[in-house]
Amino acid sequence: MSTVVTDTHSAHDAHDHHDHKPTGIKRWLFTTNHKDIGTMYLWFSFIMFLVGGSMALMIRAELFQPGMQIVDPHFFNQMTTMHGVIMVFGAVMPAFVGLANWMIPLMIGAPDMALPRMNNWSFWILPFAFMIMLSSFFMPGGAPAFGWTFYAPLSTTYSTDSTALFVFSMHIMGMSSIMGAINVIVTIMNMRAPGMTYMKMPLFVWTWFITAFLLIAVMPVLAGVVTMVLTDKYFGTHFFDAAGGGDPVLFQHLFWFFGHPEVYIMILPSFGIVSAIIPAFARKPLFGYASMVYATASIAGLSFLVWAHHMFTTGMPTFASLFFMYMTMLIAVPTGVKVFNWVTTMWRGAMSFETPMLFAIAFVVLFTIGGLSGIMLAITPVDYQYHDTYFVVAHFHYVLVTGAVFSIMAAAYYWLPKWSGVMYDDFLSKLHFWSSLISVNILFFPMHFVGLAGMPRRIPDYALQFADINAIVSIGGFLFGFSQLIFLAVVVKAAMKKGEPAPAKPWEGAEGLEWTVPSPAPYHTFDVPPQVK
Amino acid sequence: MNVRLTSLLLGLPALFLAPMAHADSMQLNLTRGVTDISEKVYNLHMLVFWICVVIGVIVFAAMFWSILRHRKSRGVTPAKFHDNVKVEIAWTVIPFLILVAMAVPATITLIEMDDTSDSDMSVLVTGSQWRWHYSYLDYDIEFMSNMATPREQIYGRLPRTENYLLEVDRPMVVPTGKKIRLLITSDDVIHSWWVPEFAVKKDANPGYINEAWFRVDEPGIFRGQCAELCGRDHAFMPVVVIAKDPADFEAWAQGEEQRLADRRAEEERLLGMEMSKDELMQLGQQIHMSQCAACHQPNGQGVPGVFPGLVGQGIAVNDQTAHIDVVWNGVSGSAMQSFRNTLTMSEIAAVITYQRNAWGNNTGDVVQAADVHHFSQGNQ
Amino acid sequence: MSTEKNNPQKYYVPDQSIWPLVGSVALGLIAFGAGHFTIEYSNQEAGFGHWVLLAGLVVLCIMLVGWFGDQIRESRAGLYNAQLGRSYRQGMLWFIFSEVMFFLAFFGALFYARMIAVPWLGGAGNNEMTNQILWDGFQAIWPLTTTPDGTETQAMGWFGLPLINTIILVISSVTLHFAHVGLEEGKRKKLMNWLFVTIALGLIFLGLQMYEYVHAYRDLGLTLQSGIYGNTFFLLTGFHGLHVTLGAILLIVMFFRCKAGHFNKDDQFAFEASAWYWHFVDVVWICLFVFVYIM
Ligand code: HEA
Ligand code: HEA
Ligand code: HEC
Ligand code: CUA
Ligand SMILES: [Cu+2]
Repeated sequence: MSTVVTDTHSAHDAHDHHDHKPTGIKRWLFTTNHKDIGTMYLWFSFIMFLVGGSMALMIRAELFQPGMQIVDPHFFNQMTTMHGVIMVFGAVMPAFVGLANWMIPLMIGAPDMALPRMNNWSFWILPFAFMIMLSSFFMPGGAPAFGWTFYAPLSTTYSTDSTALFVFSMHIMGMSSIMGAINVIVTIMNMRAPGMTYMKMPLFVWTWFITAFLLIAVMPVLAGVVTMVLTDKYFGTHFFDAAGGGDPVLFQHLFWFFGHPEVYIMILPSFGIVSAIIPAFARKPLFGYASMVYATASIAGLSFLVWAHHMFTTGMPTFASLFFMYMTMLIAVPTGVKVFNWVTTMWRGAMSFETPMLFAIAFVVLFTIGGLSGIMLAITPVDYQYHDTYFVVAHFHYVLVTGAVFSIMAAAYYWLPKWSGVMYDDFLSKLHFWSSLISVNILFFPMHFVGLAGMPRRIPDYALQFADINAIVSIGGFLFGFSQLIFLAVVVKAAMKKGEPAPAKPWEGAEGLEWTVPSPAPYHTFDVPPQVK
Repeated sequence: MNVRLTSLLLGLPALFLAPMAHADSMQLNLTRGVTDISEKVYNLHMLVFWICVVIGVIVFAAMFWSILRHRKSRGVTPAKFHDNVKVEIAWTVIPFLILVAMAVPATITLIEMDDTSDSDMSVLVTGSQWRWHYSYLDYDIEFMSNMATPREQIYGRLPRTENYLLEVDRPMVVPTGKKIRLLITSDDVIHSWWVPEFAVKKDANPGYINEAWFRVDEPGIFRGQCAELCGRDHAFMPVVVIAKDPADFEAWAQGEEQRLADRRAEEERLLGMEMSKDELMQLGQQIHMSQCAACHQPNGQGVPGVFPGLVGQGIAVNDQTAHIDVVWNGVSGSAMQSFRNTLTMSEIAAVITYQRNAWGNNTGDVVQAADVHHFSQGNQ
Repeated sequence: MSTEKNNPQKYYVPDQSIWPLVGSVALGLIAFGAGHFTIEYSNQEAGFGHWVLLAGLVVLCIMLVGWFGDQIRESRAGLYNAQLGRSYRQGMLWFIFSEVMFFLAFFGALFYARMIAVPWLGGAGNNEMTNQILWDGFQAIWPLTTTPDGTETQAMGWFGLPLINTIILVISSVTLHFAHVGLEEGKRKKLMNWLFVTIALGLIFLGLQMYEYVHAYRDLGLTLQSGIYGNTFFLLTGFHGLHVTLGAILLIVMFFRCKAGHFNKDDQFAFEASAWYWHFVDVVWICLFVFVYIM
């Protein structure tokens, strides 16, 4: 992919009467500006990351040694549940939507998202949804304690009162996601600058395009399944209860029909980010642009056919297990194509290692490790041993933390100059990278070992032979957590415009329309679409 | 095992700390287990693991090579290529073939694992919050299996012993050399019956029966845990299986049948007798601690919003018949299960007496096995 | 005007608006209120839930009126162009797609229950022991008139009311199409009359559906509590009914907007969107009729 812009119009911008920024709190509350909304999404997600992370640290503190020391088992389950829910729905997804808001219009040469008011609505739903979710901590019985997967009947007959709040906040959160996804799709289909054909779009746009389809396909299914949980618990239905002809496993089928595409929702935009950063710092065009697009589409397509790999132990008929095993393994092929393309992009490039690139490289390595453990999990007979152990926890933190979260950090460093107009603090950012890289592996790598040795997940207390490794893991957890405060410092510093002023294109090898507008990007950009050749 | 080599190959030197220090004393890999199947599963695991390691090594080696050699600081000029159909086809087809190579043995093993036919013996395993119930279909044996680790150890008031959290009051006992079929189900939420050494992990779904099987050849004690989040005490729901020579097993089975028969006779006998309040309180406390305290807590305070407290409020200080009713029948649609098959009538009487008089409830009520019997008659 | 309209250079980006925030407050109140209301309802205790829910609904109405009011004003002022029209249309189509997926979840539950769960409880597949040990004597038949725990109910036949309802809804799709043709041709009278008929048919449908529910509860013992058959029946038809209600409201608004002379051949997004929605609801019903009632 290469885009050449013939008509930049920064001169035009200066004269545009539109370019006054509203000020004060109203700017943020009533905004229709994609950049403001993107910024709000990103801050929201970061706050949620800290909240969810603090819960993780609570988990790690309790697991530091065997025995119950700090919390009650029931509260521990609330921590696990809310940690998962908040990280998935509050931290990672909104971060990607924030990036999409900021970057997609800039990358395709659009003045804004296609439906700006709805855009603001999508955002403002989230704080309310999470306030409701978190308010359940103050109810008798506390917050939901049934895992982020809320399997019935633990979430129906046997759950506490807060389930209703959980369900309804999931509903409005889902509405927010669906509206956000519709906005992305319509923006991409309808707002591309003249000459920006589909196969010229940056991969970040492509991956988000496909992600958005996944979102509108599966968020409604989540809405449906939480509705059934609600009626089962409060209105006497028996969807998940054999006594009335239902089946608890039906819940799992519906949940994972949503849940598996959901995990790809959390990784496809990462692929886009990394596909932007690696060529920029390898100073060499992305290898296999077209195959990247096809690979992303195949991953998305396959993601609808693999859901039951989370359910191998539920007693499915053998042929069903086999089908889902084969389909799951197949996903390695398109994902492999992507990994190989990134490596080949680096091959014989002229690489330099600014912070975004460091995170991108760490992403490729660590995500691949997570993906390979995913392949191990896909092997049904062995998954009987891995399932619901810390091996699974290790797998998904590799793909989620060193995958999704690392890519988000890479993106933040890559585009921070464009957002803030100043370069980030180089020393602090490197410190952040190295301390994160080391601590995250101390945190998650040993989990593979305890998992294989037989430590189940979602337990507040464990047998003695797991003690040493858990202590190490917990130390890693605290180190990694505190390392994120460095990130906070870097971002705050840049947001306060402390730092060297950034040029329009701070990265030598970067490509794309976003680098044709000044840094910081003016409040309104591309009022007149650029011509892309 | 090869863990050291492995972590090295995965290129994560930071992590040696853990495995290296204790590599011999600590289990870091999947168990080989003690059955044919578990051996196959272990081999499959190692096969897939090594394939993944090799793939990882190749990919990362290529990457680190370019990181080392193709860096701007060495003054290289970047190449311009960005497509190569042949290479791309190769790296689509080769992984596919590798996957097929993994899928074949996986399929064979899975089919074998799922085949529960021709078993020698069947045991119905029922999970309930938070204990396992074993019922031997070919014998007149059934019993509950509760975790035996005392709370004092969990809360650090006593030193933790070797099988901390992995010990039960009544383990499942099976004969060696026999194909044991497990019929797994649940009373309440989903549990999962797991013994790593057999490579058996099967969910216990309420209302449905899942089947699994294993055959152990050597006598031994094998420990596992519940592997599906099932509420508050999910961590405290261990599985212990003892494999005995068939002869020893038969002896055990006869002893167990005898024990159960004696218990029924004792039950009959006690129906006609009165126990003193002290006896009831003492037995009741025991029962409360082992059966009820997981939910209602040792001090009877319950967990607000989850499990009702029994102190100074509710049924425990009001209607005595209702109290018997709750324990005998359970409360449908809640975690409060029926204890009629778990406890004897005298035990039920004792625990009710205890709850009605402990913790300052002081109702003065004394419930006898006969009262429970009376209730059960009216009830059926 | 038409050059202005098709000029992609000027995509209309609205200035600040209060309505999205109001909408979020509304949804927040609704979710919070509905949650507490549900809890209070099931615990049979008094509380604030329903008030909060009510407040949320009021705020939602205010928001809708305000937001769509702005929208209509801007559209009437000619601020929109063809590109924006495309955005709206695509947005609406993808929204309908998401609704399809929502119904798919419930249809999925129906198919699973019918083809997997109930047969398994009856001992099919590898579940022989399930039936023998846990549900001895349970017979797997569909409609499931006796549940494993023995709740009995009667099935809802397809002949009679459901068939009539199907015919009504199909006809209403046709009449709506006529109304649209009227709009395209600029024949206001035709538009108004057919639109009126459509709305009337929709309301009749809802009335009959309500009657059917009464019949189910009173005569058949078919309730929301009566096992998986009743569950899927009421959830599917219930959510469908909710969508018909929404569609009817949309059409009523369109009726008044047509009356005020709002639409013409080129400028009719709102009308089209409502019509698509109506057709979609109609298609869902046909699937319902086939899979819930007939089969
Ligand atoms: C971003 C999120 C993300 C991503 C990308 C993935 C990716 C994958 N996941 Fe993961 N997964 C989760 C998030 C994710 N997962 C979560 C959250 C859970 C737990 C949920 C819960 O229970 O709470 C989970 C659980 C989970 C399970 C269930 C485990 C269990 O509970 O028993 C399985 C089983 O098959 C699985 C498999 C896979 C596979 C095969 C991939 C593949 O997509 C990976 C593909 C990538 C590669 C393979 C590496 C690169 C490829 C090459 C270098 C090519 C050559 C390779 C080969 C030929 C092998 N995952
Ligand atoms: C994107 C998603 C995401 C992310 C980013 C993380 C991040 C982390 N997760 Fe996890 N996690 C999940 C998704 C995620 N997780 C999911 C889905 C589950 C499954 C839940 C379930 O079973 O239902 C799970 C479960 C899970 C478990 C298993 C719990 C159990 O089975 O009982 C553990 C245990 O160690 C864990 C740990 C961590 C840690 C230490 C981090 C760290 O990376 C967090 C680091 C961040 C911070 C620590 C915050 C920033 C720092 C500060 C605020 C300053 C310092 C603060 C203090 C000292 C208080 N997570
Ligand atoms: C798995 C958890 C659990 C265990 C174990 C348990 N209970 Fe309960 N119990 C409950 C729950 C939940 C309720 C509330 C039921 C309801 O009303 O919905 C309850 C209710 C009760 C009540 C009625 C309280 C009231 O005032 O309404 C009594 C009495 C009681 N249990 C006694 C016992 C006894 C005796 C035992 C042990 C032999 C026991 N419980 C074991 C969960 C448990
Ligand atoms: Cu039983 Cu977990
Ligand atoms: Cu998955």
